[in-house]
Amino acid sequence: MKKIIVENLKYKYPLSEKLALNNVSFEIEQGEFIGVIGRNLSGKSTLCQAMVGLVPHFYKGAYGGKVIIDGLEVRNYSIADISLKVGIVFQNPFTQITGSKMTVYEEIAFGLENLGISRAEMINRIDFALNLLKIAPFKERSPFDLSGGQMQRMAIASIIAMKPEIIVLDEPTSQLDPEGSEEVFRAIQDLSKQGITVILAEHKMEKMAEFCNRILLLDDGKVVDFDVPEKVFSRDDLGEHGVNAPVYTRVCKALNKKKAGTNDYPVTLEEAVRVLGGMGL
Amino acid sequence: MITVSNLSYAYQKGNPVLIDIHLNIDQRSTAIIGQNGAGKTTFVKLLKGLLKPFEGEVFIQNQQVKNRTAAELAKIIGLVFQNPNDQIFKNKVLDEVMFGPLNMGIDKQQATENAMEALEMVGLHDKLDMNPHDLSLSEKKLLCIASVVAMDTNIIILDEPTIAQDYQGKETIKKVIKTLKEKNKLVMTIIHDMDFVAENFERTIVFNEGKVILDGDTRFVFAQKDILKSAHVEAPEITKLGEKLGYRKTFLTIEEFIDYKNQERNL
Ligand SMILES: Nc1ncnc2c1ncn2[C@@H]1O[C@H](COP(=O)(O)OP(=O)(O)O)[C@@H](O)[C@H]1O
Ligand SMILES: Nc1ncnc2c1ncn2[C@@H]1O[C@H](COP(=O)(O)OP(=O)(O)O)[C@@H](O)[C@H]1O
Ligand SMILES: [Mg+2]
Ligand SMILES: [Mg+2]
Repeated sequence: MKKIIVENLKYKYPLSEKLALNNVSFEIEQGEFIGVIGRNLSGKSTLCQAMVGLVPHFYKGAYGGKVIIDGLEVRNYSIADISLKVGIVFQNPFTQITGSKMTVYEEIAFGLENLGISRAEMINRIDFALNLLKIAPFKERSPFDLSGGQMQRMAIASIIAMKPEIIVLDEPTSQLDPEGSEEVFRAIQDLSKQGITVILAEHKMEKMAEFCNRILLLDDGKVVDFDVPEKVFSRDDLGEHGVNAPVYTRVCKALNKKKAGTNDYPVTLEEAVRVLGGMGL
Repeated sequence: MITVSNLSYAYQKGNPVLIDIHLNIDQRSTAIIGQNGAGKTTFVKLLKGLLKPFEGEVFIQNQQVKNRTAAELAKIIGLVFQNPNDQIFKNKVLDEVMFGPLNMGIDKQQATENAMEALEMVGLHDKLDMNPHDLSLSEKKLLCIASVVAMDTNIIILDEPTIAQDYQGKETIKKVIKTLKEKNKLVMTIIHDMDFVAENFERTIVFNEGKVILDGDTRFVFAQKDILKSAHVEAPEITKLGEKLGYRKTFLTIEEFIDYKNQERNL
């Protein structure tokens, strides 16, 4: 089932002269884990915000084309309506904090209060999210006393507790240590395997290659490519688009080692090991 | 250049964040790695004198940090904060970068020169009149780096500079570090990007739960698989690849690996 359809989306922020998104079209199936990559200012955050209706309803500006989320055309529905289907984790976790809650626990509960679910269900979901993101030990702390990494975990937990059908994450692991990033990618992959549709923007190419079903490469507001990781990362023109392939791909490219029977280079550690084989031990 | 002995610190009594740190920091470019919450930021704030040791001492160029004023320390050691919003306070890019040098007593012409050179280095020289708050997060981080570079201190510490950077941004930061090294400055960086560590730093110090659990030449450090694991730190991707393939050598860069493979083929 097509969960997200974007058709010729064009968008310009107010007071801006150039298009932040320029004729963007793609379709996403339910349960896909989509990675969005591209140099800074290429339009990743704008695209994320177009999925939840902040573009255009909050930012205004000039908008053309269509975004259809689970049957709803974003242009014709309010942010409140769309938010019942899509949750977003912002690039800066600070913007996500309500500012009115005293503890991490209450902060996560906040989004659930208006969903009309039972108290028992609320508690279940909050505990699940706290444990999934490993922030249960901080649940009584003030959200403002968290480190950047802990705040990012809380922002993700808040969205996961709401159990939206679609989750959009904008550089959600930028402040996390390597182990934390790995944990978050795994947790999100589990959700996508359970049928939740995921769109995630990041610069960590090794992680994107390992976890995403497909990669959307943006440059200057346009879609350069939308394909499986090995296709996108095997492109010869990635550098021109301000992106570096995963280390494994770069090594195999330099050694001209393709995946057996294909025209693509390995994108993960396992694939690279298979192609490069053991040394002559 | 920096000697740390018996250093301990706690924000709240009974909850130590740094425990008995002993380090001799020399001219080598140095990476500080370790999990979120390991105490890395606290450690560099102690070096800069922004926090006072609970116990122990920090000497910079043979002088005790606690006996020096903030103004004296500002001439020796520059720190780029983890969160740019903790650092930025002017409403023009150029003013932001000139503030440090002017505040140190450098004359206006020299301060402008320093600022322009630093802004050029990070690629923000065409945004002099912009309000820093209108910059993107990655640009704000570059601006904060420029502000500290412009102060021309002998010691420069960067706290997670590559957050939010794309490929180009990381290349820019690499260039800045290289330039500073060439000027014989001590560059220390807290960072989670291990490939960046392997490519750019001679020495690596691993923090775990307030203690230094590993310290040495970067190649040596990334070969200590078990200790890294106990600190919840991973080796760089290229190091992992070499290891998985069964090589005894510890690879730090893609180039090293490729050269090795090519030589192997020619044997
Ligand atoms: N709030 C905003 N107001 C005006 N222009 C914006 C705003 N946010 C982003 N832009 C512009 O939109 C373009 C795309 O930016 P963005 O979506 O933030 O890219 P990315 O997330 O890939 O870094 C850039 O030209 C940027 O300057
Ligand atoms: N201002 C503060 N008040 C109380 N605790 C703090 C403060 N800053 C940091 N901490 C705590 O000190 C520990 C070390 O933090 P920090 O030095 O920021 O770690 P790192 O930089 O390695 O992520 C963490 O447990 C953190 O929660
Ligand atoms: Mg962005
Ligand atoms: Mg820190």
